[in-house]
Amino acid sequence: MSEDHHDHKPTGIGRWLFSTNHKDIGTMYLWFSFLMLFIGGGMAMIIRAELYQPGMQLIEPDFFNQMTTLHGLIMVFGVIMPAFVGFANWLVPMMIGAPDMALPRMNNMSFWILPFAFGTLISTLFMEGSAPNFGWTFYAPLSTTYGPASTDYFIFGVHLMGISSIMGSINVIVTILNMRAPGMTLMKMPIFVWTWLITAFLLIAVMPVLAGVVTMMLTDRNFGTSFFEASGGGDPVMFQHVFWFFGHPEVYIMILPSFGIISQIIPTFSRKKLFGYSSMVYATSSIAILSFIVWAHHMYTVGMPLAGELFFMLATMLIAVPTGVKVFNWTATMWRGSLTFETPMMFAIAFIILFTIGGFSGLMMSITPVDFQYHDTYFIVAHFHYVLVTGALFAIFAGAYYWLPKWTGNMYDETLGKIHFWISLVSVNVLFFPMHFLGLAGMPRRIPDYALQFTDFNQMASIGAFVFGGIQLLFLYIVIKCIRGGEKATDRVWEGAEGLEFEQLPSPAPFHSFTEAPEVK
Amino acid sequence: MSDQNQQKDANRKVVKKLLLATVFMFGFGYALVPLYDIFCDITGLNGRTSDKAAEVKPVDIDMNRWITVEFTGSLNDNMPWKFKPAVSKMKVRPGEPSRVNYIAKNVSSNSIVGNAVPSVSPGQAAKYFTKTECFCFTQQELKSGEEKEMPVVFIVDKNIPKRINTVTLSYTFFNSPAATKEKSKVSMANK
Repeated sequence: MSEDHHDHKPTGIGRWLFSTNHKDIGTMYLWFSFLMLFIGGGMAMIIRAELYQPGMQLIEPDFFNQMTTLHGLIMVFGVIMPAFVGFANWLVPMMIGAPDMALPRMNNMSFWILPFAFGTLISTLFMEGSAPNFGWTFYAPLSTTYGPASTDYFIFGVHLMGISSIMGSINVIVTILNMRAPGMTLMKMPIFVWTWLITAFLLIAVMPVLAGVVTMMLTDRNFGTSFFEASGGGDPVMFQHVFWFFGHPEVYIMILPSFGIISQIIPTFSRKKLFGYSSMVYATSSIAILSFIVWAHHMYTVGMPLAGELFFMLATMLIAVPTGVKVFNWTATMWRGSLTFETPMMFAIAFIILFTIGGFSGLMMSITPVDFQYHDTYFIVAHFHYVLVTGALFAIFAGAYYWLPKWTGNMYDETLGKIHFWISLVSVNVLFFPMHFLGLAGMPRRIPDYALQFTDFNQMASIGAFVFGGIQLLFLYIVIKCIRGGEKATDRVWEGAEGLEFEQLPSPAPFHSFTEAPEVK
Repeated sequence: MSDQNQQKDANRKVVKKLLLATVFMFGFGYALVPLYDIFCDITGLNGRTSDKAAEVKPVDIDMNRWITVEFTGSLNDNMPWKFKPAVSKMKVRPGEPSRVNYIAKNVSSNSIVGNAVPSVSPGQAAKYFTKTECFCFTQQELKSGEEKEMPVVFIVDKNIPKRINTVTLSYTFFNSPAATKEKSKVSMANK
């Protein structure tokens, strides 16, 4: 039926609205995520501006709460997750030698739900009363009994995001299981494809639980049920259990694809094969499985029995083992490699070091007795920004620089890329490192004011934030410049690059690739 | 073409399985609610005591131990009552039924229906603490200005671990606006 369109691209707005092409949809996901990065980032700038000095300076406390809530929700669901889905769309079919995703129409729909989901969420800022102001974890009863009227819009938005992610992951799984080129066995797949396969299974397991928990909130708020309402026999602590049953696998959903990206980049610039391919696959799977039995380490202070605290503490510490295997493998891949330091490699190396710092602070918090001190302080904020900004976001930067030449056919500006890297690296540490000290000294998170003695570190963090936020405009410029032209990229792009997308496709990758399945050795 | 159809069939099969998994996990999210309750009931974690009256068993009293039972009562915000136990603590023998009164008074100008939610601490004591009669088993209505004695009859199981010598029973009264509205409708209709 549609055999006649060889390299014919649809034109105009219709190309994007009705697109069923994995590359176009991938591009839209990436741009959407980029836009959300600036919106969520703008909110972070407001937060840091308010925290530049003690006392109330610029905004009302209630607006501060709305900013922390929306910043978290947008960064998690609007930036990191869509960016990875964008990478998956672009790369999974090219890496396994498939002509497109398995379910192209569903692919279109899962993208186009997102603007509506986030439109709904962001519109709450303009509603009477207040936008959601209970933190991105929306604990009951803050979000049920005390939630503003706009909470119902938030619930609807989360439902839409959930539907979009579930459709996206069904698509990824079907593509990987059914569309691989002949000869591409599971254990020959690039690690990025593996990590996405596992991530997609995690999404299918936990996004429905998130949908369930917001549905319970909805009926508690509007239809007289009492899931989380103590007067009706419910229990607000149960909210935390159900939420974190979703929430902990969710944090791995946000990091596993970045493990995949890093595992593609490090071998290329080390000019060596990835060290310990199969141990990488098993480590990723073990992390995914363990993620289901550690959720209560987010809530040590709710008053669990000793046996429960011990179980969750030990299970959490166990996760350090497969994660350690990964870090070891990346380091071993670089060992005695013939290294070069192009921008993607720089971001990848920074990822390994800084993600490990985030991992270590995570290990500290897994220890129940000391977590009672860290709980709900800036130490937690420091920890999850190390794993999500210098972890997931740096991996996204690294991946973008790595594949941009393949996507656009042009090399990005290496000098500007390096500037972007170095300024980001320094400023992100100025931004988040002092937060460790603030947390240990007792500064609570999600509070717009603080005691005088915290001023110095907060000012450092705010200055780091403004620089880090500002320099991302340079990244936007680099991407646009690369799309519009520049030195032509070779088909291989990087000297040490391997994989079907580099070895068997020209740069830029044609609109339709692998209509004939490639040969896999 | 048949290749393509085969591919489509294969895809459809996987999609069906994955959709089933999605529906299953949505159900699992809801199943966590009763599972959580069952888990708490069995283990007595979370200080939950049974919300049903216990059978009165033949009296089997351990005359060698005293257990101190302390009582507290509190009100959820937006609950315009006064509520406190008549005595703050008593000593009981394990296995012996004991009675304590709570006193509640509605100080608002409206009739209000309330729900009392019990909790026992330490949590481990909860499963050794049974009630044969309690105002928390049903909703309580107080008219404006009305004061009422609310009895609880409880038994501390004689198997309660040796290291527990003090048990605290606490009640929180919640305003139940839905029930209040319902009752006032009925009384209006009766007029």
